[in-house]
Order: sequence, then C-alpha cells, then structure tokens
Amino acid sequence: MRDFDYIRPASIPDAIAAAAEPGSAYLAGGTNLLDLMKGGVTSPQRIVDISRLPELNRIERLEDGGLRIGALVRNADLAHDAAFAKAYPMVAEALLSGASAQLRNAATVGGNLLQRTRCSYFYDTASACNKRVSGAGCAALGGENRLHAVLGWSDACIATHPSDFCVPLVALDAVVEIEGKQGRRHVTLAEFHLLPGETPQRENALEPGDLIVAVRLPAEAASFAANARYLKVRERTSYAFALVSAAAALVVDGGKIRAARLALGGVAAKPWRARAAEAMLLGADANEATFASAADAALADASPSGDNAFKIELARRIVVRALTSAQAGTPERLPALPASPFSNIPGARHDA
Amino acid sequence: MTVHNIRVGQSKRGDASDGTLAEAIGGRLSRVDGPAKITGAAKYAVEQQLEGLVHAVLVESTIASGKVRVIDAAAAEAAPGVLQVLTPDTIISLKTAADWFGTPPPDKPYCPLARDITFSGQHVAAVVAETFEQAVAAAALVKVSYDETPSIVDLSDGKAGDGIPIDAMTKEWGDASTAFASAPVRICAAYNTPREYQAPMEPHGLVARWEGDHLTVWEPSQWLDGMARTYAEWFGIPFGNVRLVSPYIGGGFGSKALALSHGAVAACAARMLRRPVKLVMTRPQTFTGYGGRAATRQTVTIGADRDGVIQSIVHRGVNETSMDGMWVEPLGSVTSIMYATPNFSSKQNVVRVNSVVPGAMRAPGENPSAFGIESAIDELAYEVGIDPLEIRLRNYAEQDPHAKKAWSTRQLREAFAAGAERFGWARRSPEPRSMRDGNQLIGWGVAAGTYPVRRAYGEAVVRILADGSVEVESSSIDMGQGTYTILAQTAAETVGVPADNVVVKLGDSRFPRAGVTGGSRLAGVMTGAVYKAATSALDQLVGLAISDPRSPFHALQANTLVVANGRIASPRGDGPDVSIAELLNSVGRDHIEAKGDTMPANSTAEDRYKNYTTIAMSVPHTEGDYSRHSWCAHFIEVRVDEDFGTVRVSRVVSALDSGRLYNPKLAESQWKGGIIMGIGQALLEEGIVDRRHGRIVNDNLADYLVPTNADIPDIEVISVGIPDLHASVLGGKGVGELAIVGIAPAIANAVFHATGKRIRDLPITLEKLI
Repeated sequence: MRDFDYIRPASIPDAIAAAAEPGSAYLAGGTNLLDLMKGGVTSPQRIVDISRLPELNRIERLEDGGLRIGALVRNADLAHDAAFAKAYPMVAEALLSGASAQLRNAATVGGNLLQRTRCSYFYDTASACNKRVSGAGCAALGGENRLHAVLGWSDACIATHPSDFCVPLVALDAVVEIEGKQGRRHVTLAEFHLLPGETPQRENALEPGDLIVAVRLPAEAASFAANARYLKVRERTSYAFALVSAAAALVVDGGKIRAARLALGGVAAKPWRARAAEAMLLGADANEATFASAADAALADASPSGDNAFKIELARRIVVRALTSAQAGTPERLPALPASPFSNIPGARHDA
Repeated sequence: MTVHNIRVGQSKRGDASDGTLAEAIGGRLSRVDGPAKITGAAKYAVEQQLEGLVHAVLVESTIASGKVRVIDAAAAEAAPGVLQVLTPDTIISLKTAADWFGTPPPDKPYCPLARDITFSGQHVAAVVAETFEQAVAAAALVKVSYDETPSIVDLSDGKAGDGIPIDAMTKEWGDASTAFASAPVRICAAYNTPREYQAPMEPHGLVARWEGDHLTVWEPSQWLDGMARTYAEWFGIPFGNVRLVSPYIGGGFGSKALALSHGAVAACAARMLRRPVKLVMTRPQTFTGYGGRAATRQTVTIGADRDGVIQSIVHRGVNETSMDGMWVEPLGSVTSIMYATPNFSSKQNVVRVNSVVPGAMRAPGENPSAFGIESAIDELAYEVGIDPLEIRLRNYAEQDPHAKKAWSTRQLREAFAAGAERFGWARRSPEPRSMRDGNQLIGWGVAAGTYPVRRAYGEAVVRILADGSVEVESSSIDMGQGTYTILAQTAAETVGVPADNVVVKLGDSRFPRAGVTGGSRLAGVMTGAVYKAATSALDQLVGLAISDPRSPFHALQANTLVVANGRIASPRGDGPDVSIAELLNSVGRDHIEAKGDTMPANSTAEDRYKNYTTIAMSVPHTEGDYSRHSWCAHFIEVRVDEDFGTVRVSRVVSALDSGRLYNPKLAESQWKGGIIMGIGQALLEEGIVDRRHGRIVNDNLADYLVPTNADIPDIEVISVGIPDLHASVLGGKGVGELAIVGIAPAIANAVFHATGKRIRDLPITLEKLI
C-alpha cells in the first residue's frame, strides 16, 4: 500500500499547522487529487481533509458591494445560486460548462483554482515532466502537443491551466483570500497562478500550509451583468476541457465601450487576462472592427509551442465572438448548452 | 456462483407493434435484464467474491521496441502483502493455443509476459498481493530496464513501407485500369481512418480459480466456448475442465471475443499460488492490452460517364497490424458490392507497426470500407452535378456485383426512399455552403451501409417444467443486445406460454454450446436453435397429452392439440382444457426436455466442437444461390460553426433493412447505438500515438473522446426490412453492426455540403475546417 496519514482538522489553524509539514496535500472535493493519487502522479504522505471545516462553505455579500465565496462552496451550488448567476452571469456560465454534473456537485471553489494541468505527459509517469520531477525535462515539447499553450509557455513547460471558472474570475479582478502561518493575505487571481519560466513545478503563490479560504469579487464585478459572456470551444459538446475559451464583459453606452474585461482560457499555464486588448477596447466604438483589433492585441504575443498554431487563430475568433456576444447582451436565461457556440440550436438539451 | 435467471415478469412491457403481442417474436418487449442492471442486482464477472481471493496487477512496457534487459522485482517482492511477482522467468510455461480459426498452433511454449518488446504497453510482469492496493503499490516498485531498438509507431512512419500484400483480399473483374483511363469523369482520392478503441464501460478483467485440474474463469466474454478452448489448450487440460462464466457483459463491441494474455497471466497466477486471482485492467491498460480498430488508408478511384454511371472502381487499401500478429481489416468489403460496375479491382496490404495486434471493433472491414466508397461516390456526385441520392440509385447493384448472385433480400432502394421522405431530402439545396443559420453553415449528407449476414451454429435446451414454466439454456451471451429477451420471446411463442413463465439462462460454458457473438450473427443463430428446441419440446408435450393413458386428452383420440397461454386444449375446443402443469402432473412427469441446434444433419461430435470453439466453419454469406446482407441508408444534417470549425450533428434519419426484427424495440436501440458510435468515429475518436515511444497519449476516457448525450440529437430509425428466410431460420438478418456502417461518410458528406471542404481523414476535428 502507498501509506499516507489522514488528518481531519477541526479548525483552520489546525489545518494550516498540519499541512505545513512537507508532503502534505489538502483534500476538499477530491475530484482531481484522488485521480492523481490513483495514477501515481502524486503521492502525498499526508492528506489534510478540510471538507468538513465549518466556515468555508458560505457565499457572503460584503458591505462594500463585493462578494466573498467560501473555498468549499461547491461549483454546482455557486452556479445555481440565483443571485450569483444574475450578478455574475459569465461566471455561472463558465462553471456550468465545466466537467460533468457529478463532478460539479463535488468540486469546490478553492479546488478549482488548484486543479492541475491535463497535459498527458504530466499524467504519464513514464514520461519526463518538469512539473512532476523538477529538472526531468518536458516530454510535451516535441511530443503530442496539439492542445498545449500558445501564450506564456517556456521550454521547461508548455502545459495549460484547465479551469473554466478562473477565466471570468480573472477578468473580473477576483482576489484570492489565503490563510497561512503568517495570517491572512489577499492575492489577486491574476497574480495567483504563475507562468512556468524555469520553475514549472511552482504553479501558484501558495506557500506550504497556505489554505485558500475564499475568493472575493469586487463590487465593480457586478457592473458587467448586462453584457457578459463566457464562450468555450471544445471537441465535444459536454464534459471536455476547453481548447480555447474566452470571457468577455462590456459596459457600452451610446455605442462606445466604457469598460471592458477580457480573459482567455486554455491558452496558457494560467487564466490569461488580455489587458492590452482591454485598453484598446476602452473608449472605442463597439463594433466588429474594434473587436478584431482587440483580438489581434490579445494574441499579439502568442506563438505555437508545437503542433498547435491553429489555437492562435481559433483564440482570435473566439475573442471576437465573445465580445460580439457580450455586446448583444447577456441572455435572459442561461443557454441550454452553457458557453457553447451551438447553444442557439432549437431543441438543444440542457443535459451537458 | 449463481447463474442469473432472468424472468420476463420483472420487466416492464414495451409497446406492441403491428398488433404483435409484446412478448411474442417481433413484439416490443423491454429488456428482461434491465431491472437487474439498473438496480445493481446484476453481478458482473469480476464482482465474484471468493474465499481467499487475491489480486494481480500488470506491469507494462514503456518502450515500443526492444528487449527486456532485467526486471528488478526485489523491492516489489519485499512490499507488504505481496505473494508473488510474475516475470517471464518465474511464470509457469503454457502451450501455444490455436488461433480462432482453429489453425493447429506451433508446438512451442507460450509466455503471456514478454521478453521481446514489440509495442508500448506490453505486459512484462505482474504482481500478486493480498489486496488490490498492495498489488498496485508493489507494481510501481518493479523496475524494468530495456535495450531499446528503433520502432515504427504507425502507418505514417517513413520506415513503415508498403507492407505485405494479402492476396485473399484481392477482388477483380473486368479491366478496371483500362476502363478508368478511358472514363470521361475520373475521381481519385485517399481516405484515412485512425486507430479507434472499443472503450466498453466495463474494462477487461477476470477472476480465475483452480480446483485440481479444473479451471473456472469468471470473465466478460463474447464467446464462452472459444475462450474456454483457448484456456484449455494453454494449460493442456481437457476442454471440459474449463468453465467460463459470463452472465453479463458491460459492452464488448468486438473486444471480448478472445482469451487474451492478461487472462493467461491471471490463470497462471491462480495455479501457481493455489488461490483464486482477480485481475482487472486499468482504463489506460485497455488501450494496449488488446487491439482496437486498426488504422487504415484507402485510395478509391472511380471512372464514370458524364451521367454518373460508374465504369470502373480501383481500390487499394492498407491497414496496420502488429509486429508479430496478423489482423486484416477487409477494406474492399463494401467497395466491391455497393454499386454496379463492369470493371473492378481491389487489393490490400497490411503494414507491421509496433502496436498491439488490432482487433475486431463494430463492423470491422465494412466500417472503414464504407468511409472510402461512400465518400468517393459523393465526390463523384458533385463532379458530375448529380444529387448524391440520385447517383446512388443510378448505380444501384441489382445483384451482388462480386459474387454475381441474386441478393437474398436488398431493401436498400426502399431505405433510400423512406429515409429521404422522412428527412425531407427533396428540399435540399444542392450547392455547398448554400444553407446557413447565423454563424452556422448547414449541410445535408447521405451515405449507405451494409453488413453481411454471417451465419454460424448454436444449440439450446428448452425444458418445460412441472409448474408449467419454461427454461432455456445456452452458452451464448447477452452483452446488452437483448439475447435474454428475444430468446424468452422465441420460447414463449413457440411453446405457447406467457413470456413471464420463461426463464433464460445464458453465459455459462456448461450450457449447450454457441459460437462467437460477433458479426451480428447471434440472434439469427440462437432464435433458430431455441425455436427448434422449443418446437421439439412442444411436440413431446402434445405427444404425451395425446398418447399417455393417464392424460385427460387420451380418450379424445385427437391428432393434435393446441398449446396457448400455458394451457392445452383441442383445436376445436370440444375437450378438456388444462394447464401444462396439470397435464405433466397427470402423466407423472416432472419435466420435458429437448435440445435443438442449427447444425447440419449428421454432424459429428468433432464438427460440433469445431463449430462452437472456432470460426473455421462459419457459413459464407454467399453460399448457394444468394448473397445475404443487411442494408441501410443514413441521412444526416450537420451544423458547422464557420469561425470555429466545430461540427454538430443536428439531425439523423436512418432507414435500415435487417430483415425481420425479433424485437423492434431492441433492434432500434442497437441501431441507435451504432449511429452514436459512428458520430464518435466521425467527429471525435482517434488514438493519438507519441512518435518517440509509441505510447497512446490519450489512453483514458477524459482524453479519448466518445460522444456525450449533449452531442447526440434525436435519432429517427425506420425499419424497411422484410423476412429473409435465406438468412436465418426465422427471417432476421444482422442488426448490431449495420448501423455504424456509413455514418462517418454521411457526416463527412454533410460537412462538405455545409462548408465546401472535403475531409478525408477521420476524425473531422475543428482545425481541419478553419
């Protein structure tokens, strides 16, 4: 047996103390961690089960108009919270476009941020992977890499971050609330995930023992509710990771863009905020030419990491479509096939 | 060790069709095994709980070609709970078994663990431990070092070469190349299909137990008697000493018909340890533990006149096989019979690559073959400016163009007509890119499919028991297609009892024998065997009632009696009316038993053994005066997002000729399953091979994509078949494989109509369209 210790702490400080030991891993929904353990991809010596910690499963409106989402709130519960979906429709749409209904019922907010890449070579323990074994090399580089990164990659790692949820979150300036040995701190989601550089094994800003306790959305995030969409292109209609996705949110007044948010998924080791594109959109006329320029700006630094140049053109087109859809307005009801370009087909079923 | 008795009464009735009672042959009785499966009561093979059961886990090669230099098992052997590490050096020696044709094997030992590596994922060792978790952990400690040699990972490898010509696949008549050269219209294109996998929900695995020289194997199986023979030959024990038990199978699609090396490993471990051993493949292991559909390459050239009438077809095909095994995917099978042509040539090579030997997967041969010819004729239709449906009718084959025999039945014209009518084909706008809805291009495509009527043999026992119920026994199996149900219907109608009173027992090699469940042959074979056995049991029953002095009918001096709804009466209703139970009681019998089979008369015991344990004696579908096939026509609408290249199948209407349907509800369900699998093949499925070490990169169900519910539109299927008594005893043709044939080309043709882009390499992924 691969033995490991199982600890179920009663409080957040107990959890942090337990997880600060080397070789520890937090267990929440377990939808990713247990797969990785079964496959021998990761073998923690100590599992710190936080799933029953009391205070982490609440959704709280803050006095400043922001929202605080506890780290243990389930993906499905958040997406189906009517007030949440109304204020942040593209976040709800992204959540419902991810995984399967069963997984969404188990997966948590904090765990979603921490899910590992879907790179096949990361999963194949017979292959070299710098994430698994620092300095081992990257088998994906020069391997089968059709799905890999086109932005922010390095020769050490070309993997992508698989989350849908994080894409609209980073666009809306979400902040990660972290409890650690030194107390509580806030890190923007944009700064939370790290690009691989020479240290792809280091994927985020967490230090040993650090626990994500909540994700915060600032008050301004709700101001995009009328014109916000998440669009996800994937190989099959449901239960598939994004080839490329985009979250687009606009405030349009008199044909002019007064505020714009844009982020891409499936293109890099982190949810990719397209700030240059946002700058270009701000104050411009809301039309297809503007959106096309924004798409070019968003992908200006993109380069194929292998056999995946098509993803760059695909990403440009998704940016244009997402912005066009956002301009057209958030639909009254969430589409039957959330985030799908085919969501307008009559009779499409809501069984994704 | 229960064999699962399926009672019809547990199941909800389907709707009656055409006035037929649901429980009679041809009725829409719901699956009788459904409740057991849905409630979890159905016990699958590896769920056997046996005293002293231990667990085996496989260790597989991580290189594609070379030799095992050394296996360091010390750490694994020292790990907690480990009972044994099996390597090529420590595993007991087996004999080589005959292949499925029964070809006498070479007299040399067989080792299911490899020293010489010919593909990545080959079994090189196995660890047996008291618990599954201990075995998994210890297996990770086995260190295998290799001397690696260059490999050929797939057909596209420059070193692969042209391969080996398979002369038996050559089909020629007329002078195809001359006719092609002089044809006014010429089409020539190459069509490729990738490695595809059966991906059954239930992975392969088994529980093996020895009692002295007797081996019992609980294993999902499409062929109990064939697999039992292989186990017997491996261990050099009599066939009768092996019992295979497989009452339920969680999907096979061709992959569970043969005893495989992992089975040999588990049976060896059980013998060596004298304890029952369970071995279940992990999902990644199912991608290399046995073969999926071979990757194929075809070129199809068609010469035609300007009216689209075909003058010549020249077809060349290649499929991959392994370095040490031979799999031929017959690529000219549809090409040679679908259309009338005076000149034809088809040849095929196989190319050796470092892969597990490919295997059978739903409609092997016909499926990729149809992708070639049904795409090519669509290309011809656009070339000559004729509607794709019309060109198929213009080249309709009125007889088998290859065998030069009459079709037994061919309702393909009727299929085209019914499908086109229902689909609204006449409203199709002919130009590509001429139908649109916002960002979506809409395309309509048509393609035909066919599958031969394979015929083999089976036997069944039918017993009429003292309580008036009827019992059917056969070593055939039900992997979801409905064998339990249709055999209950057959026995119920033939004997004259309610289907509620029939118990069907399948999936135990101690029962009367049956050949392989593959090639869509089982329903025709087994309904025939059960019909014959049930008829014979009924004759005995009526004979007893007429002749036994204790029978209430004795005084009637009748020639015959009527049995219906479990009661016996005279045809005119002028005598006694008693239940079967009352009659058997009155004549002092506790049961009547009859065996029936579909074997030729005067078959010897050796013939029977060969028939049930090999495929050597299958009856050719062109035997005698007729050529026997099932037929279908698919009409498909796709929507293609113009910017993203994503394809969605939005409408399917298929009209199919499977002859007489023993149960339309189950046949429709199988057809729809085939269509869904075809949608996966067209749009999603491809085994991706790493070019450096030959590993399957997407060896799991998150990355090897099969369709989800959200990918599948409503599917309409229409039966256009008529009973075909040249095909089977009761008039059915094949159901299970037919419907997948032609789906991929129908989708590719629809994608061309939508986008103007002809995709000749499956699957049709979005980067091929943007």
